[in-house]
Amino acid sequence: MWWDAFDILLQANFWAATIRIATPLIFGVLGALICERAGVLNLGIEGIFVAGAMAGWLAVYLGLSLWGGVVVAALVGAAFGLIHGTLTVPLGLSQHVTGIGVTLLATSAAYFGYRVAFPNVATPPRIEPFPTLDVPLLRDLPFIGPIAGQQTAFTVLAFLCVAVVAFVLARTPLGLSLRAVGDNPEAVEAQGLSVVGLRIGAVMAGSALMALGGAFLTLSAFNAFYFGMINGRGWVCIALTVFASWRPGKALLGALLFGALDAYQLRIQTIAGGMVPSQIFLMLPYLFSIAALVLVARRADYPRALMKPYFKGQR
Amino acid sequence: MVLKSSRSGLSRVLPLFSSGTIDRRQLLAFGVGAAAFSALGGPAFAQKAKPIKVAAIYTVPVEQQWVSRIHKALKAAEARGDITYKFSENVANTDYERVMRQYSQEGADLVVGEVFAVERPARKVAADYPKTAYLMGSSFGPTKPNFSVFDNFIHEPSFLTGMVAGKATKSNVIGLVGGYAIPEVNRLMQAFMEGAKSVNPNVKFLVTFINSWYDPPKAKEAAFAQIDKGADVLYAERFGVSDAAKERGVKAIGNVIDTSSQYPGTIIASALWQMEPTIDKAIKEVIEGSFVAADYGPYSYMAEGGASLAPLDPKLVPPEVIELVLAKEKEIKDGLFRVNVNDAEPKPTL
Repeated sequence: MWWDAFDILLQANFWAATIRIATPLIFGVLGALICERAGVLNLGIEGIFVAGAMAGWLAVYLGLSLWGGVVVAALVGAAFGLIHGTLTVPLGLSQHVTGIGVTLLATSAAYFGYRVAFPNVATPPRIEPFPTLDVPLLRDLPFIGPIAGQQTAFTVLAFLCVAVVAFVLARTPLGLSLRAVGDNPEAVEAQGLSVVGLRIGAVMAGSALMALGGAFLTLSAFNAFYFGMINGRGWVCIALTVFASWRPGKALLGALLFGALDAYQLRIQTIAGGMVPSQIFLMLPYLFSIAALVLVARRADYPRALMKPYFKGQR
Repeated sequence: MVLKSSRSGLSRVLPLFSSGTIDRRQLLAFGVGAAAFSALGGPAFAQKAKPIKVAAIYTVPVEQQWVSRIHKALKAAEARGDITYKFSENVANTDYERVMRQYSQEGADLVVGEVFAVERPARKVAADYPKTAYLMGSSFGPTKPNFSVFDNFIHEPSFLTGMVAGKATKSNVIGLVGGYAIPEVNRLMQAFMEGAKSVNPNVKFLVTFINSWYDPPKAKEAAFAQIDKGADVLYAERFGVSDAAKERGVKAIGNVIDTSSQYPGTIIASALWQMEPTIDKAIKEVIEGSFVAADYGPYSYMAEGGASLAPLDPKLVPPEVIELVLAKEKEIKDGLFRVNVNDAEPKPTL
């Protein structure tokens, strides 16, 4: 029994599942992190996930390539980001209210679009999703091989995004001004840069990443779009962003931890479900999120201008 | 109108209504009270001419397995000219009562839906519209005078698919992935497990709930976890499980709908739900003016044609197993064998 519980951690399939479950969250946390680093909380994330999942899948269904679907999803995400950014940055509306509004709008628009496109289907139409990777040398490695062999190119993109976002944020002038705009927009203005432009750009880029998280579910993890399939994944990303202290590396870690807990609870349920109610296990990943928030948020280093609208010339 | 609205609180709500007949109905319900109405004892419903107005309210999209069966039966009735059919899908439970009222106000003769999360409010709405007939999926009993209930009692074919699974497993481990551990799900899983044990006493079960009706990626992950643990037959209560089975080359058992054509060679048996007997009976009662609050559950049983076993493919199931299963099916239909209704949450036995 106890050995079984530990043995799960030694299985390659467990780690493969961890990465699969974590991938959409990696995109989501990166997206939320970029928005918040620029000073804008984006609660549109849950809806942007839905819109990305729907748009990417529909594009592929209508004949685009899989990567074409990924691009379409990103564009749709950026469009919703533009809406959120326009309302919250130059107009300075409440970021909470606008974000929830964007979630409702994006979710409903996705469902509406789906129903208009498919008024009469018995089961949702399917596409051919991303195939799993088959890299010659990698697949022969012990333990690592079977884990990597179950992933798709979309997951590789997620890991690449972590590296790119980390590099841009920490090492480029663009990253510097983006961080500054979330901490001290006056300083950015003094440098002759556009606060509005930077913030809207960051929200659009972040939203595009969020949409990729949704698209992963319909183009790689599964092969069809279902109403309600996002199932709170976006909200989890908002919590994980705080856990990550707005750092891409920690964001990856948080997403993987959450994925590991979910993969673990699915496995432990089948062993210990006879003794412990299944609901306890289902709670695990969410309990972790809350516990992590409580622990980390106490010394969280929030972007100082987070949720503070900036109006030129106003003190 | 001005005079009315100055008189009482009741009249003030009148301008909300769209037609005079509804005003009267509402006043009647308000003044006399639903209880008094049923206490009169006489027939509450008048005879109606075809097509009657039917409205359906679903909390999930019409593609969802469970709801798709109701939708299909109502579509068929519409095609026959018995009803005019309107529906709202993906209605949030918090919004359910309002949508129920709206259709009732609009004069629907029969309202069909599923009230598992709004049992009490739904019965309150029904009491306010005693001339409307309600046929609702529910875990509880009917409520007089006009609130009838149904449920997916397909435990009989589930038992039969369990027999197929019990014979098909080589590892003697069968995995079950379910949405929520509620009676409607538990009962089918329990019957399935009992069926499997009846032909293979050595079989062990893995049970996982994902706490969602509609999260195929998660259902798929749960199924992968069970396959990793040695399951070689999966009970596919949710979308996503059959996909995992197909990917890893194990077998799956379908539930409620027949998806064997989408997963050829993977799905070896399916327990199907037919809503037609339930729906047709309710429509007939409404047309004849004889609709009463009743439990329509039995119309989902095999004997009534409300449940069935999808045809077994001799290429996937050995002939002697098919023979065994069909013999048991006949016993059930003839009333010689009763499959227990067990609503307890199934537990893994590994």
